[in-house]
Amino acid sequence: MAKSIDVSDLDIYYGDFKAVEGVNMTIRAKSVTAFIGPSGCGKSTFLRSLNRMHEVIPGARVEGKVVVEGQDLYADHVDPVEVRRQIGMVFQRPNPFPTMSIYENVLAGNRLNARKMKKSEADDIVERSLKGANLWTEVKDRLGRPGMGLSGGQQQRLCIARAIAVQPQVLLMDEPCSALDPISTSAIEDLIHELKSEYTIVIVTHNMQQAARVSDETGFFNLKAAGQPGHLVEFNSTQKMFANPDNDSTEAYISGRFG
Amino acid sequence: MTAVPLDRPATTRRGDSVFKGLATAAAVMILVALAGVGIFLTLEGVPALSAESGALGGKDNIVLYVWPLIYGTLLAAALAILMAAPLSIGLALVISHYAPRRLSKPIGYVIDLLAAVPSVVYGLWGIEFLGPRLGQAYGWLAENLGFLPFFEGPASGSGRTILTAGVVLAVMALPIITAICREIFSQTPVLHQEAALALGATRWEMIRLTVFPYGRSGMISAVMLGMGRALGETMAVAMVLSATGVVTINLISSVNPSTIAANIALGFPEASGIKVNVLIFSGLVLFLITFVVNFLGRLIAGRGQVKEGR
Repeated sequence: MAKSIDVSDLDIYYGDFKAVEGVNMTIRAKSVTAFIGPSGCGKSTFLRSLNRMHEVIPGARVEGKVVVEGQDLYADHVDPVEVRRQIGMVFQRPNPFPTMSIYENVLAGNRLNARKMKKSEADDIVERSLKGANLWTEVKDRLGRPGMGLSGGQQQRLCIARAIAVQPQVLLMDEPCSALDPISTSAIEDLIHELKSEYTIVIVTHNMQQAARVSDETGFFNLKAAGQPGHLVEFNSTQKMFANPDNDSTEAYISGRFG
Repeated sequence: MTAVPLDRPATTRRGDSVFKGLATAAAVMILVALAGVGIFLTLEGVPALSAESGALGGKDNIVLYVWPLIYGTLLAAALAILMAAPLSIGLALVISHYAPRRLSKPIGYVIDLLAAVPSVVYGLWGIEFLGPRLGQAYGWLAENLGFLPFFEGPASGSGRTILTAGVVLAVMALPIITAICREIFSQTPVLHQEAALALGATRWEMIRLTVFPYGRSGMISAVMLGMGRALGETMAVAMVLSATGVVTINLISSVNPSTIAANIALGFPEASGIKVNVLIFSGLVLFLITFVVNFLGRLIAGRGQVKEGR
């Protein structure tokens, strides 16, 4: 189910502004890949281009190839809606649907497939997904309550449960812990470790320790100068990145001597 | 630096107290004006309760006189809202979510312009343009769908029917409903919209998952405001409708119920004595209907309130 992603010569634009330039990388299946870099370097933008969420913003477009299992996501006949069903996403701020219960939130993605589900089938999906997101024991007695009533960290795990309920091939996470306290953060990091065995995970983070803790491979994005497009400086195994990076600016950034 | 003494009474600044006074005065003024209107209508309307049939257009008592007017008012407004609400919500969605920005701005302006057209102009348009054209359609409806009680006929050739009045009212209520819905739809948090899209929702599914639940109470308020406009509209209805004061569900004949507002406008110039009281009494009824409609709207809107997340 988990799949690798090959990105070649990817340029990303907002209207006429080139935000990210010339990215080449291979994201391995069933591993955690982290992107780090200063604000505005295009790492979130790049992440959003992996499931075609980038183009939701008016004027935004992409040139180049993103290939998942031999299929270019930006080929002419590819429906972005279909892409997003295969590649799930978790956002910076927890965003459960405010009008829905915990139960309905988990099923939101499955319901979109418009297939009629039996009650028992739906129950199974909810239990499996919430267990997968380490939330089951905390909410199993109040599945009918609104998702908004949970704490921030629980809401974020609910969003992860919602994303994995449709069994995507890849799970993208855009700074999933930046709005959470250390305890919730650690819960999510543990979860990422567990999910790795089933999903390909790509995570953007501002927290270098987090990248070091959770990821197998790390990509460092940077800007040449303000107003210039961001680019991928180095992509290596996390171990190498944090011990002995190839690039000087990577080392400068990681050791805190940056900017 | 001098220390601020902590034991002195709470600071009041002149600006604060002046503003508070002004704001309170404005709020009280509205209540006083509303109460004044209510009291006037009640005092002047009460004598109508004992009016004789001479002053009631041949009806035996005031209830029989007012009832067809209430019916006509509600029917015209309901017809208008039935047409205007779905159309407005669709239009608002086109402007906020479907049309490219280049197009949505001008569409929005044009619809706002509709609100600036005086109701007399709508009345003229209804009589001269819309009526005759709809009249032909009514002929067809009476022939082919005559088995439905709404289209029983005989069809009015001039098209000056309650249905035409409803169409004119719908066009008049459209801009206000569209404008409010558009604002509310475009305020749907991007966070939730992206959540839906990232799950693989199409645009319509995203709208159903996030925009509608978020905008539900606002949509209801918008429709209620449109309804208010349709209930109270006077001139256009008075011009378009050929009213005879009956109660019927036949929408396309030349025999139509009148509305309270139109009836007052048409009857007031020649009214004197107790007849004036009768008209004012019907005004009081309209006042109450509008009140109840607004109150119900608030009630429904409040029940479905979405709390913004933290």
